[in-house]
Amino acid sequence: MLRHVPLLTLVVMIGPVLAGVWGTFLPAFGHLPGAGLTGPSLEAFRALLAWPGLGQAVWLSVSTGILATALSLGIVVLVTAGWSGTRAFGVLQRVLAPILSVPHAAAAFGLAFLIAPSGWLARLTSPWLTGWARPPDLLIVQDPAGLAMTAGLVTKEVPFLLLMTLAALGQVQQHQRLKTARSLGYDRVTGWLKSVFPAVYRQIRLPVYVVLAYSMSVVDVALILGPTRPPSLSVQIVEWMGDPDLSMRLTAAAAALLQLGLVIGALGLWRLAEIGAACLGRAWIETGQRGGPDPALRIGGIGLGALSAAATLLALLGLLVWSVAGFWGFPNALPDAFTLRNWDRHGPGTLEAAAETFLVAGAATGIALVLVLGCLEAEHRSGRTLTTRGLWLLYLPLLVPQTAFLPGLQILLLSVGADVGRGPVILAHLVFVLPYVFLSLGEAWRAWDPRIAVVAGTLGAAPWRVFWRVRLPMLLRPILTALAVGMAVSVGQYLPTLLIGGGRVATLTTEAVALASGGDRRAIGVYGLVQTLAALLAFALAILLPALVWRNRRGLHV
Amino acid sequence: MSDGLTLDQVCITDGGQTVIEVDCTVAPGDVLTIMGPSGVGKSTLLSFVTGTLPPAFTATGRVFLDGVDITGVPPHRRQVGILYQDDILFPHMSVGQNLAFGMAPGGTRAARREAIARALAEIGLAGFEGRDPATLSGGQAARVQLLRVLLSQPGALLLDEAFSRLDTTRRAQIRKLVFEMARNRDLPVLMVTHDAEDARAAGGCVITLGK
Repeated sequence: MLRHVPLLTLVVMIGPVLAGVWGTFLPAFGHLPGAGLTGPSLEAFRALLAWPGLGQAVWLSVSTGILATALSLGIVVLVTAGWSGTRAFGVLQRVLAPILSVPHAAAAFGLAFLIAPSGWLARLTSPWLTGWARPPDLLIVQDPAGLAMTAGLVTKEVPFLLLMTLAALGQVQQHQRLKTARSLGYDRVTGWLKSVFPAVYRQIRLPVYVVLAYSMSVVDVALILGPTRPPSLSVQIVEWMGDPDLSMRLTAAAAALLQLGLVIGALGLWRLAEIGAACLGRAWIETGQRGGPDPALRIGGIGLGALSAAATLLALLGLLVWSVAGFWGFPNALPDAFTLRNWDRHGPGTLEAAAETFLVAGAATGIALVLVLGCLEAEHRSGRTLTTRGLWLLYLPLLVPQTAFLPGLQILLLSVGADVGRGPVILAHLVFVLPYVFLSLGEAWRAWDPRIAVVAGTLGAAPWRVFWRVRLPMLLRPILTALAVGMAVSVGQYLPTLLIGGGRVATLTTEAVALASGGDRRAIGVYGLVQTLAALLAFALAILLPALVWRNRRGLHV
Repeated sequence: MSDGLTLDQVCITDGGQTVIEVDCTVAPGDVLTIMGPSGVGKSTLLSFVTGTLPPAFTATGRVFLDGVDITGVPPHRRQVGILYQDDILFPHMSVGQNLAFGMAPGGTRAARREAIARALAEIGLAGFEGRDPATLSGGQAARVQLLRVLLSQPGALLLDEAFSRLDTTRRAQIRKLVFEMARNRDLPVLMVTHDAEDARAAGGCVITLGK
């Protein structure tokens, strides 16, 4: 039984992706029997090309994706190069870690409240600095170049890449490398970039690709912060998918294939840039330069890192203030009156959505944990560890853009007569939850001293007894952390819930994003906050429970 | 086949390269020492005896315990106990629970607790049942580990550099205790070490490797 778990996991994780791409492929070439259409034809692509917004939508997708990835990576590299091992770095790390679990939509809403013409920043500087007595008529949020959307992505991807980098640092003997470089006279940043970065980048390459694929095809952040006419390609795909005219699904499918092609092309471009950067880097190493602008780079790094963290914290605070705001005239920095009426009005709705959210997240994460534990235990007993190819498979669901396979999956589900709804939504969430649970738990699982299992075994404990009585309790903390990661990933999912749920599964995220167009900031504040709390709750439990259960066991304290 | 632990023409290879070759018998109550610097495959040999050889290695030869071929028997049915140099007490269990985990099943709860209390008193740790293993000194932890493995009623005892983490005075003390208790129970002991002092104290045959 245990032997088959890895294969089952693979099928559950990769199956929907492949099925979804197949389900996109057919209608893109005019084949949609459910709507009485049979292919093959190039009608869908003709319709897509005839859409006047196409050029701009494609450009938005590519430019915001690459810019957000490059900025996030740049900030993380500068901060780590200049500050790893210092106290400031420790503080930043502790602030950024919980931000990782803040749902993208909530962070985006908060950021919008911050930078909008009538947002906090404008209020704090008006009228004494700006002279504005009324919100200026500027298109800051939803700007046509997608800069606000890029900023929203950066604030969320910086913590992700930073945590991935931290994990990688442990494997490359950073201290030794850096000490050697510094003893040879290299300044901190230059020494790090030349001696540590190449090894670190090899470890974080796949996460960087994930950020690129995600940023290029994100929907919820784009709906909140991105331009509207035209929107980015992924948003337009979702709009076409929701069109009552079924033939628009064909256009959506063709656009989804285009989106897939764009991501593959951008990943290829990125790979070329990597090679180019490596060439330049080698030449730079050969110059023997010990550093020049290092002090400036250090300050820039910590400044950008702090800015990114501060933006998200202020954004969350903004959600809180709006959720209890009564009348709030411009340019007052705080509401004229505080009230709980917003919570009275929207609270019951959030509770209902929260129940649905936890049901889906709990089921998806629970299944994921069982499968991942099964895989890891099978790996332990057979002594075969995950290969590089296996790692690519693990990352595959995160590299294929959601908008490329979820529309196809929905079309496929409907065409075989399967109902959309909660069950399929849980399975769709599982596709994204599984890799993160695996990555989160795998490291701690493999770091566990295998001699403990030998000792337990030689004392007469059968393998399953060792698993239940020794390994699971000892790894309670990383297991709960992995659960929390899985819950946070599920809570934040927008597109799978919307498309596979057929609009009938209302989670906190879909409800919150649906409020975006209405612009009711008080309702958004309530929903955004509850959404964030839902994601953070599991992390709080993951910290509290082990501390409570193992309060008398010093060997298990961190 | 005679009583005790027999390694019958055991040869462990790693990708065609021979790591270690041993052919020997340890009689009940005797200690056989395998000496050699680190990296000559001593621990690998012990992992073959416990049945936990990493899959990267291949092994030929057989292991017999009291005349029974245990080469294909899963680790938890071999009745071969092992002590490592590091303190490998289960950190989530109390000292008493650690011992109960190791103790062969059977008997009422009260009888088991009684036996554990008696055993703890025997090694000078009376009343330690409720202690957190993380609060024990190195010598205390070593004694608890010894007790745990003995309570599991093994047919043979393996020592993997078991004393090398202890300071000099503790070391002689613990070593004496281990050999004494193993002899009292007529256990064959297979010890690997890089320390000549350990080998001298054991007083049995010594096989020296990696010269």
